[in-house]
Amino acid sequence: MAGLALMNSGLGRSRSAAHVMVASLCAVSISAIVYVVCGFSWDGFAGGPAHVWTMKGKPWNWIAAQPFFMRGVELDGSPASLAALLQMFGVGLAALIPLSAAMDRWRLGAICASTAILAGCTFPIFAHWVWGGGWLAQLGVNYGLGQGFLDSGGAGTIQVVGGLTALSIVWILGPRRDKYSPEGMPAAIPGHSLAFVVFGCFLTWFGWLGLNSAGALLFGHIQAGRMVLVAINTTLSAAASGLMALTVTRIRFGRPDASICANGWVGGLVASSAASAFLPPAASLLIGFIAGLLVTFAIDWFEMWLKVDDPGGAIPVHALAGLWGLLAAGLFVRFPGQKSADGQWLAQLVGIATLMGFVLPLTYSLNWLLNRVYPQRVEPEGERQGMDLHELGAGAYPEFVVHTDEFIQR
Amino acid sequence: MKLAGLLFLLAGWGIVLSALALLRSTPALVAFVLAGTVVELMGLFLMFRSHLPLSEETR
Repeated sequence: MAGLALMNSGLGRSRSAAHVMVASLCAVSISAIVYVVCGFSWDGFAGGPAHVWTMKGKPWNWIAAQPFFMRGVELDGSPASLAALLQMFGVGLAALIPLSAAMDRWRLGAICASTAILAGCTFPIFAHWVWGGGWLAQLGVNYGLGQGFLDSGGAGTIQVVGGLTALSIVWILGPRRDKYSPEGMPAAIPGHSLAFVVFGCFLTWFGWLGLNSAGALLFGHIQAGRMVLVAINTTLSAAASGLMALTVTRIRFGRPDASICANGWVGGLVASSAASAFLPPAASLLIGFIAGLLVTFAIDWFEMWLKVDDPGGAIPVHALAGLWGLLAAGLFVRFPGQKSADGQWLAQLVGIATLMGFVLPLTYSLNWLLNRVYPQRVEPEGERQGMDLHELGAGAYPEFVVHTDEFIQR
Repeated sequence: MKLAGLLFLLAGWGIVLSALALLRSTPALVAFVLAGTVVELMGLFLMFRSHLPLSEETR
């Protein structure tokens, strides 16, 4: 979380740097509170009480039926309580992703409200389907599709859910002022601190080792010794992806692009999350290389052709790389003691279809409704002035000389 | 166009769910899951298309 917050701040403008950090703190706080109060009630844990429908003799576990305030689980270090803890951190991580895409124009109050929707509704429903013994997790048992939808580290549950929320918010807010010329050409608005961005990469790496390991233990049910494989695969995927981004930008632009390399690195971490405990290292390397290619080109496609103004690259890095990680898990996964994973790719495809066909419309509709009640975009004056001064009343760097053109009415 | 995009996304997911619930043979299941995903991609295309900023909004 600290790494992502630092990266988000570094990739934004200096006049919104403090706003991004405060918004990150608010998002993590709101998500933790809302998740504990009501989110866990719909999320639950595998084997816990849930609403189950039976269709043609097969159980479809749709939503958990836990009491509010986590009163249905003993918080004593049991697997269920550890799963609840990991998911509370997971929803905080997911809440930071839209900040990266919508910075410089997203109001603090709207960030809090949108985070509450994510933590109280979108995340818990999908997390229950994947991690709480829901119908996606049971695709293997009920329909013979491999081991069911596999996402031990949260490539779909955390990253793609956060990435699709980011896409919805960006669609609703629109691009930053002066990002696109009247002819539709994007203007380059560079991040204010590449040192923050690269240091954030190192922090995210350490965090991801813990996230993937804990997820593999709790939701992949691996032996503790296999955490070595998880750590190796996570690192390999990030390294391959980061180096691929560096190579591609070196070839395309003549010099490596630091911000795209950093995004490539995180894209590799995201792609590794789906099944790092069940992949051979060579497959992780390949997954990382392809994630690096995808992220590098997708950042351009989104900006140039789809006119999606995503300053932090959250949508390619979290949504696209996460979807690739999920698909790759279906193609390359090998379970201990089994020679093949029949139907696993189809289970992964059903999960991907659920993310695009259910999570995206849900998060878009809820945020659209929120925007009708409480406009999410800051006033033009605030955007011109900078989010720090407009919303917080003070800049992140008060001793810096400010460029005069930032305050001239255009 | 936004509403059409959303409906395509939901319809694609509906096809995938229906295929899971109703079909038993693997080739038919694969075909319908792929078809549902293609419908979702069409919905995604419509959503991106409907959110392209107009030139006067970008100024």
